[in-house]
Amino acid sequence: MKVLVTAKRVVDYNVNVRVLSDGSGVDLNNVKMSVNPFDEIAIEEAVRLKEAGKATEVVVVSIGPKNAQEQIRTALALGADRGILVETDIEVQPLGIAKALKAIVEKESPQLIITGKQAIDGDNAQTGQMLAALCGYPQATFANKLDLGDDSATVTREIDGGLETITVKLPAVVTTDLRLNEPRYASLPNIMKAKKKPVDIYTPEDLGVDMTPRVKTLKVSPPPERKAGIIVGSVEELVDKLKNEAKVIG
Amino acid sequence: MSILVIAEHDNTQVKGPTLVTVAAAKAIGGDINVLIAGSGCGAAAEAAAKIDGVSKVLVADNEAFAHHLAENMGALIAEIGKDYSHILAPTTTSGKNIMPRAAALLDVAQISDISGVVSEDTFERPIYAGNAIATVQSSDSIKVITVRGTAFDPVSAEGGSASVENLSNSTDLGLSKWDKEDIVKLERPELTAARIIISGGRGMQNGENFKLLESVADKLGAAIGASRAAVDAGFVPNDMQVGQTGKIVAPELYIAVGISGAIQHLAGMKDSKVIVAINKDEDAPIFQVADYGLVADLFKAVPEFDALLG
Ligand SMILES: Cc1cc2nc3c(=O)[nH]c(=O)nc-3n(C[C@H](O)[C@H](O)[C@H](O)COP(=O)(O)OP(=O)(O)OC[C@H]3O[C@@H](n4cnc5c(N)ncnc54)[C@H](O)[C@@H]3O)c2cc1C
Ligand SMILES: Nc1ncnc2c1ncn2[C@@H]1O[C@H](COP(=O)(O)O)[C@@H](O)[C@H]1O
Repeated sequence: MKVLVTAKRVVDYNVNVRVLSDGSGVDLNNVKMSVNPFDEIAIEEAVRLKEAGKATEVVVVSIGPKNAQEQIRTALALGADRGILVETDIEVQPLGIAKALKAIVEKESPQLIITGKQAIDGDNAQTGQMLAALCGYPQATFANKLDLGDDSATVTREIDGGLETITVKLPAVVTTDLRLNEPRYASLPNIMKAKKKPVDIYTPEDLGVDMTPRVKTLKVSPPPERKAGIIVGSVEELVDKLKNEAKVIG
Repeated sequence: MSILVIAEHDNTQVKGPTLVTVAAAKAIGGDINVLIAGSGCGAAAEAAAKIDGVSKVLVADNEAFAHHLAENMGALIAEIGKDYSHILAPTTTSGKNIMPRAAALLDVAQISDISGVVSEDTFERPIYAGNAIATVQSSDSIKVITVRGTAFDPVSAEGGSASVENLSNSTDLGLSKWDKEDIVKLERPELTAARIIISGGRGMQNGENFKLLESVADKLGAAIGASRAAVDAGFVPNDMQVGQTGKIVAPELYIAVGISGAIQHLAGMKDSKVIVAINKDEDAPIFQVADYGLVADLFKAVPEFDALLG
């Protein structure tokens, strides 16, 4: 069966982003960009399904600017077979992305779609669920374990309170949580090989989807700052401060 | 304006984040209805009718909604939600699972995890792990929103007298099936409801050593949390992870033990009123947000702290 995975180009998780002083956004100049960490987990899961003989082909999709091809190449180096870029310079938002992904799903007819649970830039956690809704497919979000059968998948999900296991009919959308797997690193030979793998490019117009943002960002501000604290010299001092200065313990 | 709040409940009781979500609905302003969808959820509906500020409780009591499966819940919310100007749910794993599905069915955007209400169509929300706060305006006719649990003071669970209306919706789309759950038994307060939290990180070395924190937690009536590294290493269950992609907490006192203070961890706790850090590395970034830092070996400091609490 064919598996579709998504890879968003985002600011690397190690970067401490700064808000621009004019409040128009965050500073993305010369900032390291990477595959969204949850999408690395999605790619890894898809590649493992292929290695286990359960998937026949892994197709990776990214929606974004031209240089999102870098993230597609990363996914190809990690073992995906083929890439698709939906190229657009507009600000992409989950509903529009889900519509573009639905158009790709209609072209490719995958049995399983794996997305990240959340992109770490916008922290929206919406796209996989929206895609599932638009396609009329079931969803298994925040996956911690995935057992793929012929016409269904059994997924253990990370929920408030613990874990939950559900079975979804295929085709389905699964979104990854942190503990689904530990992504591998791309080897040099695989990075070289990835350069030759095919990548198709579409525009939203080619796909006939309207990705116009529905939500406008009016301003971006830095979070409230915490005032500097102190280093205490001993456990006694700590307990004394908590009791008598902060008054948070009795 | 008319606002539909999707309640989080266990069929008998309405859970705390629902009260926070009603508070956000009040900040938007308008007539507030609450949806209780479940199976055998009459008691939860009665409890919801008492919530301060709620005018009507809608009850969808059917096997199809027993485990809040996203497909059935999304369809239900999209169906009854189309008559409202706003649909709100808490940013819990259930709200995060269901609401984007309802939004897509209604062909509207979702505004995730709001931390502030500016006006009926403009909201504040943290982005980039809380390193920036965006003020966003929605142009959709229906605003689908999830609400950050730490951002609004909960309304009172008592004092209201809403009417209760039973819905006949019962569609089971049959796309998914609930198999089982493995819920962690809590002997302590829940993380998102606790006044004090003590969290352990990789520095704890193993799950057994969390007993050191348990002893302190018992004395302080605290909940126990953890960093991602501690959860990944299997020291403690996933439910205890605090951070950008775990639970967001803001207790009066947060004690971080053997946690370095990565951006993703800070995102989940830096709105706590008082932060204490115990770490043997004086350069650990956690000290930059701590009100009281103690540079020490936790295996010495935590037992001492415990003893001083009596
Ligand atoms: C997509 C993504 C999402 C993430 N989401 C989260 C999240 O939600 N929550 C989260 O917490 N992390 C999250 N992380 C992980 C985060 O980046 C860090 O890796 C993690 O928080 C580190 O955990 P830690 O502080 O316990 O471990 P470390 O960074 O290894 O720190 C251990 C600390 O313990 C101290 N220590 C060791 N021994 C002792 C001792 N005997 N006494 C005192 N101190 C000691 C060390 O000095 C060190 O500072 C995420 C990462 C990614 C990429
Ligand atoms: N522009 C994009 N291109 C490819 N995948 C995306 C894009 N945006 C979101 N996704 C996928 O959807 C997941 C959730 O994103 P979000 O809803 O933005 O938090 C991400 O982890 C990706 O797998």
